Amino acid sequence: MMRLLPWVFLCAMAVFIYLPVGALVLFSFQGGALPVPPFNGPSLQWYAEILGDGDLMQSLLNSLMVGAVSSALAVCLGFTAAYGLARHALPGTTLMRGLLIAPLCVSYLIIGLGLLIVVQRLGLGLSLATAGIGHVVINLPICFSIIYASMGAQQQSAERAARDLGANEAQVVLLITVPMLLPAIAAAFFLSFTLSWDEFIISFLLTRFDVTLPVEIWSMLRSGLSPELNAIGSLVFLVSVTLVLALELLLFRRRA
Amino acid sequence: MTVSRDTLRGWGFAAPALLWTLAFFVVPFAVMAAMSLATLEGRTLIWGLHFDNYRALAEKAYLWRAVLVSVEITLTVTLLSVCLAYPLAWIIAFRVPQRFQRLALLLAILPFWTSYVVRSYAWLLVLAREGVVNKALLTLGLIAEPITLANTRFATVTGFVHFFTMLLTLTIFANLIQLSPNYRRAAMDLGASAFQTFRHVVLPLTLPGIVTGAFLTFVLCIGDYITPQILGGNTELTVPQVIMVQLGRRADFPLAAALAIVLMGIVTLAYLACARWLRLDRI
Repeated sequence: MMRLLPWVFLCAMAVFIYLPVGALVLFSFQGGALPVPPFNGPSLQWYAEILGDGDLMQSLLNSLMVGAVSSALAVCLGFTAAYGLARHALPGTTLMRGLLIAPLCVSYLIIGLGLLIVVQRLGLGLSLATAGIGHVVINLPICFSIIYASMGAQQQSAERAARDLGANEAQVVLLITVPMLLPAIAAAFFLSFTLSWDEFIISFLLTRFDVTLPVEIWSMLRSGLSPELNAIGSLVFLVSVTLVLALELLLFRRRA
Repeated sequence: MTVSRDTLRGWGFAAPALLWTLAFFVVPFAVMAAMSLATLEGRTLIWGLHFDNYRALAEKAYLWRAVLVSVEITLTVTLLSVCLAYPLAWIIAFRVPQRFQRLALLLAILPFWTSYVVRSYAWLLVLAREGVVNKALLTLGLIAEPITLANTRFATVTGFVHFFTMLLTLTIFANLIQLSPNYRRAAMDLGASAFQTFRHVVLPLTLPGIVTGAFLTFVLCIGDYITPQILGGNTELTVPQVIMVQLGRRADFPLAAALAIVLMGIVTLAYLACARWLRLDRI
């Protein structure tokens, strides 16, 4: 009996964890107008429907763009900061690391609200760019942490060797450090992209006419349950899962 | 005092990220804090040292109520999530054969990566009056009428617990596998029962991981707008919901800012309560 207990618990948790996702994906193939039991499928009509929805597809492109640009920027800033703090003796390193990580401890709503107030005070318009700025704020601490943690002594000796052989700082960074840290840099990028892709509240507060996918989904939610939402939700899930699997392969392939 | 070229170069590398954080995080935060001390007269904003917003918080029952609801929900969610995640992480770390471990962990937290909005919507699908749970219970003959599950605190808590159980499983698992098996072996050799080993050896050693995860849960849960809005409906409002109402319907930025500051205050209190075990640089 006691031997069985863990497996019973495991199965119960599997049901709890997969119940909503399972319902989401299953009823995205619903044949009727309501995504609830009984299941009258399978049908691809709702996928056809969302692929033909111009607003939705535009918001999907917006999300991809904001995600790619803001993640790239967050990785660049995170990398240079990690390099500066790990490789050069600076006074107040602990304080600066604290400052860089600080946004991680504040809820996204507050970061978004603060930025919204400033943007409005300055009389600037809301756009995808303002949302992107917010995404960099939340992803920079994560990129910084991941890259900083992987700056080991091993790379440092290679950097020193390159310097002894006459490489200048730019050459050291671009030809030695970046290639050696590529797995961590790529992992940071993918993680940022995943978070930006899913992020709602900052995008909601800081965009107006051009919106990202989660914001568009949010406005669709007002009409209640619909198989269309299931279909787009399933696609969003598929993209996230693909990114996470890429991350998994990048981070753990070496260890396996 | 001369600054060495090396130091200067280091500053050069660190500066862009620091400036970004300063310009788009610290400054907005400061402006928001100042805004919480401003006041609205009609539609004009008056800067200054007014404490009207904070006074309103103490005097207006619905604001105070929102703070209470938020704290109650967050504490319930944190506690439930830890209680579900710990055994799950334990089983994956110690019961699942080594070669399937990463796979099991990956599967256990895969839906964690569904978009936040989509995940709440998916729970609505399960909990709605016509939803999966009600249909299943009706078919089984366990209930005669559909029961109200959605648009309640129960729904909000379920949605949150689902998300944070996965998050905590990840952090606690990371903690458990770092534990050398020698500690447990030694305790067993010295005659401790399985429970005693857990109570006196494993639990204290994994406490920092639990607290770090629980703190993360607390911060993310209390600041979240989506889950209570989609699953809880408008029956009882949490602080983020009230903030959004102030922004959307009334454009009362000062009150919204004050509520955000209160939210920060609660998180700071939670941080102080956990400070002994927390090392945020580990997150």
